Amino acid sequence: MLKNFLKATVFAASVSMASGMMLTPSLAEIIYNRGLSAEPESLDPHKTSTVYEAHVLRDLFQGLVMQDEKANLIPGAAESWTVSDDGTVYTFKLRSDGVWSDGTPVTADDFVYAFHRLEDPATAAEYASMLYPVVNAEEVNNGKAKPEEMGIKAIDAHTLQVTLKAPTPYFLEMLTHQATYPVNKASMDKLGTDWIKPGNLVSNGTFMLAEWVPNDHIKLVKNPKFWDAGSIKVDTVNYIMTEDRSAAMKRFEAGEMDSYDDLPTEQLGDLKAKFGDQIRVGPYLGTYYFAIKTDKEPWNNPELREAISMAIDRDFIAEKVWQNSMLPGYSMVPPGIDGYTPAMASYADESQIDREDKAKEILAKLGYGPDKPLKMEIRYNTSENHKNTAVAIQEQLKPLGVEVSLLNTDTKTHYSFLQEKGNYDIARAGWIADYKDPETFLGISRKASGNNYSNYDSPKFEEAMDKAAAAGGKPEERMKNLADAERVLMDDTGVIPVLYYSYHNIVSSKLHGFDDNVMDIHPSRFISKE
Amino acid sequence: MLLYVFRRLLTAIPTLFVIVTLAFFLIRVAPGGPFNQERGLSPVIKANLEAQFGLNDPLWQQYLNYLNNLLHGNFGPSYNMPDFTVGELFAKGLPISIQLGTSALILALILGSTLGVIAALNQNRRADYSVIALAAAGSTIPTFVIAPIIQLVFGLSWKLLPIGGWGDGALINKVGPVLTLALPQIAIIARLMRGSMIESMRSHHIRTARALGLSEWSVVVKHALRGAVLPIISYAGPTAAALLTGSVIVETIFAIPGVGRYFVEAALNRDYTLVMGTVVMIAIFTILFNLIVDVLYAFVDPRVRYD
Repeated sequence: MLKNFLKATVFAASVSMASGMMLTPSLAEIIYNRGLSAEPESLDPHKTSTVYEAHVLRDLFQGLVMQDEKANLIPGAAESWTVSDDGTVYTFKLRSDGVWSDGTPVTADDFVYAFHRLEDPATAAEYASMLYPVVNAEEVNNGKAKPEEMGIKAIDAHTLQVTLKAPTPYFLEMLTHQATYPVNKASMDKLGTDWIKPGNLVSNGTFMLAEWVPNDHIKLVKNPKFWDAGSIKVDTVNYIMTEDRSAAMKRFEAGEMDSYDDLPTEQLGDLKAKFGDQIRVGPYLGTYYFAIKTDKEPWNNPELREAISMAIDRDFIAEKVWQNSMLPGYSMVPPGIDGYTPAMASYADESQIDREDKAKEILAKLGYGPDKPLKMEIRYNTSENHKNTAVAIQEQLKPLGVEVSLLNTDTKTHYSFLQEKGNYDIARAGWIADYKDPETFLGISRKASGNNYSNYDSPKFEEAMDKAAAAGGKPEERMKNLADAERVLMDDTGVIPVLYYSYHNIVSSKLHGFDDNVMDIHPSRFISKE
Repeated sequence: MLLYVFRRLLTAIPTLFVIVTLAFFLIRVAPGGPFNQERGLSPVIKANLEAQFGLNDPLWQQYLNYLNNLLHGNFGPSYNMPDFTVGELFAKGLPISIQLGTSALILALILGSTLGVIAALNQNRRADYSVIALAAAGSTIPTFVIAPIIQLVFGLSWKLLPIGGWGDGALINKVGPVLTLALPQIAIIARLMRGSMIESMRSHHIRTARALGLSEWSVVVKHALRGAVLPIISYAGPTAAALLTGSVIVETIFAIPGVGRYFVEAALNRDYTLVMGTVVMIAIFTILFNLIVDVLYAFVDPRVRYD
């Protein structure tokens, strides 16, 4: 490696300023330049963790099921499936014309291999939990069972059977997650760790990996062997990584990008005036909330927690701090999940003035006042908007006599402090849905969850969540149980939801098929460019 | 001279060792680790990850492993970008940073020195004041202001340059970043050059040269400049090390895939191996360029000898 390093240095020094080749496409080639605001971490589906690589992986691979341009579930590598009456056995029929980019068929064994690999402790997959509903998957991941004991079986080359521990109605939604995509065993055996490199990567999706220059671009080209290659309307997708949001706006304006997945939200008003309909802002399945230490004096008093939550003027924060790039939030589960009505905080419909009066009453009743001020520390991770949000809350709580102090740390310090259950009062956090189900938002407040930063522990909440899990086979009843659980969580103020996330994209009017949806998912497969 | 260079390179080894040791333990003092993120990992998954990267070994063991790997030229895998080793990331990024840095340095040396000499020879006249004003502006306007202005004017308004991106190394993609890197250096070098040139022009040997009737060209270029260039060389050494290892601001704004951004990103991500790689890289460059400066001194200044 040192050799490479030295070679690179010497080479570069000697050819300083040497100009390379420009990307000069042939006339007929349609190139979609797709801006990304951060670098993908890994293109190995089993090592993935961020939404940035999710976009790329969705183009490279086909899981059993996929999502269309509206984020609705559609068949992927499996053309159909059946679910047993008790909801625990899924039998997938794979497409007979599904092939890898090297021409070999995609078989049920490929999925068996991929699912085993995802759970293998040696893979160290961050999203191994996406298959935890499968029999023995978690045990394999724990090192307590062998991969062969997992509830997954190839019945024949094109039939795959997956057995779950219990009915899990959102299992298919979980299978849309990139961590469950298949990988090509033959090329991994042959190439070792180099299997992932551009030119080597064998994938089964709509596009193939051609180049990856970290912090610059990832180039994908159409996979001619994809079973529906004829319907793909762009030949090349260049994912262009640009971290600086303001620079990205200029790149968009100059035509260097056809879309970009973020906006400098502090300029949202000006951007809307300038780019009109090309600015797309809408509800995204994510919640911006504050965790509050429910097992620490004085925050173990639900009434006090509610008073604090009530006094936060969410409209102000959404409008003034976030320029309406976020929406005021009163529930942990954001709206937008079919069949589910979020349980809002009881005061959601009251005016802010009434809420403040009520909060004052509660604080007075609990004995807080000028002589005995309530002290509270807000912890947040570094970001201008997080800071402004915390400052706004500080100002909003001042008239109530609450002395708020602010503590800012970098992201790693912040989350390690939360995850190691440090001593804090309230702390900023956020949650983005991995799959379209309320469970993903409510599960993090369960007692045993590593993400339960409030240390929330309510038997009533646990009971409702257990009931929902048991009602797996009955979707309506399950949704009702989940709503009951959320009701308990909100009435207890186990967390303080403040905002719902929005997606913010800038999309050229020349692009079609980049449809707005709550998951902010836009497979390049469905996108065309004028 | 060769012996001197060899000795200096030998003493660099313990220096590097101390730097590596300090950096290794300091980054681990920072709270949090590579796998603390917004979405908390379950203890099992976190343990699997830590086992994979050997982070569950005792710290001294990790340190010895790291040293051992380093001696074999292996910088280890990046925790944050597991598809690449740290060596691969540098192999891709360093040539880019070096190209931009070298170009900016050469530009700054030529332009800065020329402006400085012009100012010195026209002391307290219009040309001098213009250079001083330019230099003051150049060294006070931060790069994060210069870069967007270049993008706006040359990119969006005049459409002469791309806004950002590396463009596979196209010349036109380098203009903006090189200008942004060079401008503050031009300003500093111009001021340095002006000062040392004025001093040099007043020195005895110049008076003697004039008295001997040498031509003005010969006086300025052969005799005055040679003495005046010494502070520039001292300054250029560490500056070259800094420029060639990339700039986080310029690389972020112009979306350039160099190595400058790793220094900040890796520290924030607690990507330990990448942090270490960056530290080693910068240390090597700094040691190397300081050595080059000392060697150059021997050639330029007849009073300096290393035998």
